[in-house]
Amino acid sequence: MYVIVAGAGKVGWNLARELIGKGHEVTVIENDRRRYLTVEQELEHAIQYGDATELWVLERTGIQRADLVIAVTGDDEDNMLICQVAKEKYMVDRIVARVNNPRNLEHFKLLGIHPAVSATDLILRLIEHEVPQYGLVHLLDLEEERLEIIELIVGERAPAAGQRVDDVALPDGSLIISILRDGMGFVPKADSLIEAGDEVLVVLDPGLEGPVTAQFAATNAAA
Amino acid sequence: MKIVIVGAGRVGSAVAKWALEQGNEVSVLDEDPLSQERLMPDGTASWEDLGGQFTVGTALEIDALQEAGMAGADVCILCTDGDNTNLVVAQIARKRFDVPKVIVRVLDPYRAEWYREQGLHTICPTKVAIEMLEDAVVNV
Repeated sequence: MYVIVAGAGKVGWNLARELIGKGHEVTVIENDRRRYLTVEQELEHAIQYGDATELWVLERTGIQRADLVIAVTGDDEDNMLICQVAKEKYMVDRIVARVNNPRNLEHFKLLGIHPAVSATDLILRLIEHEVPQYGLVHLLDLEEERLEIIELIVGERAPAAGQRVDDVALPDGSLIISILRDGMGFVPKADSLIEAGDEVLVVLDPGLEGPVTAQFAATNAAA
Repeated sequence: MKIVIVGAGRVGSAVAKWALEQGNEVSVLDEDPLSQERLMPDGTASWEDLGGQFTVGTALEIDALQEAGMAGADVCILCTDGDNTNLVVAQIARKRFDVPKVIVRVLDPYRAEWYREQGLHTICPTKVAIEMLEDAVVNV
């Protein structure tokens, strides 16, 4: 695979090193002369000096034949535009953009830049995963496919506790895809029993979080 | 007409002053509070006294764009000193705020051309300068 990485900061440099280690062809673009010279000592011909938002710089690196363009500069506007031209002008199949300021995430969405990865967001999700104070953890949002996967812990007196998967009153458009118990996970069958304390992964249409959560949350009413 | 101008440099402030004199409602957004000085014609009256609006903020911040009145604008002009900021905010103005007329200054001729093909109204001073210089050489 031929990968172009825009930005030779910590993220870009390490990404390039990993990708080269996996046998991919990589070109990094860096527009700070001093940084370029530092990284060039290791990456040699796999880094070029220039502004990756300029079209001729991208063309010089052979963007027309790139399979993947990764924009990880420290500037969100740059990352958005690099990915936009990669996708819409040069028809690159796959793009990945780094979001530096999570408040800019909506701009990436507006411009159709997907996936856009924000370190702040990733760490927040990990925190939610470790401290699940909301009862439900979003593991994956497939926005274009209009699906999401969430993780829930089955409460002591939840409606689903002690029930067969088949008998849990889940709304249409949701499905239990895995049960984690005692550190082990399995894909349940219709007659698998759900126990209090289990962690269940549910795939669902967006908007069904309420009724799905209701089945697994501990409610006194359901006792 | 309500005109929002993002970037109060030499170009932005001149266009803003002209637009206000023409009797438009003019709102200027710039991240530098001092740039407001360029909007005062002779230092006697302030920009706000003349009826203009000035917002200090970064163009990428939705709050700043909202405060500058992007939502109800008829025209939006992007002329900060960064092509990339101009191109991103122009698309935000068009797609998110549905501004009917968005004009964006892009110094890089190559990208000005491509984004024009994508439907953005781009103005490229570099291209104009190149043409004028070429013309000046030929027509001495």
